Amino acid sequence: MLKKKHYLALGVVVLAALLIFSLPPRATSRLKLAVSSLFLPLFGLLNTAQQLPVTAADTVMPRSALLREIGELQRENQQLNIQMRQAAAMAQENDQLHALLGWQRQMPWKLKLANVVMRDPANWWRTVQIDLGSRDGLRENLPVLTPDGLIGRVISVGLTRSQVVLLGDPYCRVSALVENPAHDIGLITASGPLDMSLVELTYLSGNAVLKPGQNVVTSGEGGIYPRGIPIGQIVDSQTVEFGLYTEARVKLSADLGALEQVWVLLNPQLN
Amino acid sequence: MNFLQTILILAAAFLAVFGEAAFPLLRHWLGAQVDLLPGLMVYTALNADIVTVSLLAVLGGMWFDALSANPPGVSILPLFAIGFVIYLQRELILRELPFAQFILGAAASAVAPALCVLLLLTGGQEPLLGWGSLWQWLVMTAGGAVATPLLFEFFHWCQHALGYQPRTETSFRPDREIRRGRL
Repeated sequence: MLKKKHYLALGVVVLAALLIFSLPPRATSRLKLAVSSLFLPLFGLLNTAQQLPVTAADTVMPRSALLREIGELQRENQQLNIQMRQAAAMAQENDQLHALLGWQRQMPWKLKLANVVMRDPANWWRTVQIDLGSRDGLRENLPVLTPDGLIGRVISVGLTRSQVVLLGDPYCRVSALVENPAHDIGLITASGPLDMSLVELTYLSGNAVLKPGQNVVTSGEGGIYPRGIPIGQIVDSQTVEFGLYTEARVKLSADLGALEQVWVLLNPQLN
Repeated sequence: MNFLQTILILAAAFLAVFGEAAFPLLRHWLGAQVDLLPGLMVYTALNADIVTVSLLAVLGGMWFDALSANPPGVSILPLFAIGFVIYLQRELILRELPFAQFILGAAASAVAPALCVLLLLTGGQEPLLGWGSLWQWLVMTAGGAVATPLLFEFFHWCQHALGYQPRTETSFRPDREIRRGRL
């Protein structure tokens, strides 16, 4: 039944697969970036197609609506200016107090906006790709967030694109702190494959008192995420392993299913 | 048609992988993304040669792994295993029947992710698995089953549109023509 040609094809494919498997990690990531760059023209085309309706809508917007919008923006700008002056004064006061107490001065976050260009086609990973890369100053393990809260970290960086692993993926573990009186610290780990809004918070102490609705933020431990980035709220909790530790389900603040634009934190100041 | 068919199949695989990554609508509605590569492999194994089957497995698998967090090359072997088995048995398969295409598409779409996850676990990876994975597996199987006959239809249409048409045989033969006399 098997002809020589079939044996040859079988051998070549198995050999190719084994060769790719056995590549060192650095070569593997380069190969992946090289192959995925073949899709760049298609992603560019998709981006242009998505912006066409917006451009068309912009061209037909009436002048009166534009003037009204400008007026609203001017008023908002004035309010923001006032708030900015207040914030600057508060920051100055804060700096003075920090200096008096000898605390380390907290650097303002340097954020960079990125567009989510694609999602992982495999159902067993939870990653997205963004349109920023090493030429924009990105490197591995930078935290990625939205205005609602943390969403994950950068795991691989190409020249113009990067891959972000999202919360809930087995390779995205975050040390998290519960804002309760005891400030319990646990680890955000993988959740179920279907519900993207829930993650597990494990390895909390066995006598942790958790209540639904309590906020969960990054603890600053682990060397990747700075302290205080919102993650979500406690949904429910239970003690496991005969009371050895407590596990809780956390509803994420950020909607991972509807990510379009995200912020990459370029200078995470760690504790 | 062979060369053109190979190009068409590879182009379809490239676009399928891109579509799976760029349009996550099914994932929003059903909680799982349908993979079109196993269905495409069924068509290829039944209609193309072993070189095209191998090319689709290697290139399709590489393209898929490049856009996902899979280690590169992990999708090659499952795709090739499906294609190779079908290719060896293709004389026994009623390839023109949509029902047969549906069943083969379902089987291929069920086997491919299972083999892929098995390879990942064997390689020490930790894919995101749980009870919900069963639902995702069902969605992938059903989606692949529905997509496979549609892929057959699409490629038949392409073949008619782009390939040479076979010369139609008529029953007229000049040597058998009865030439009548005047009366």
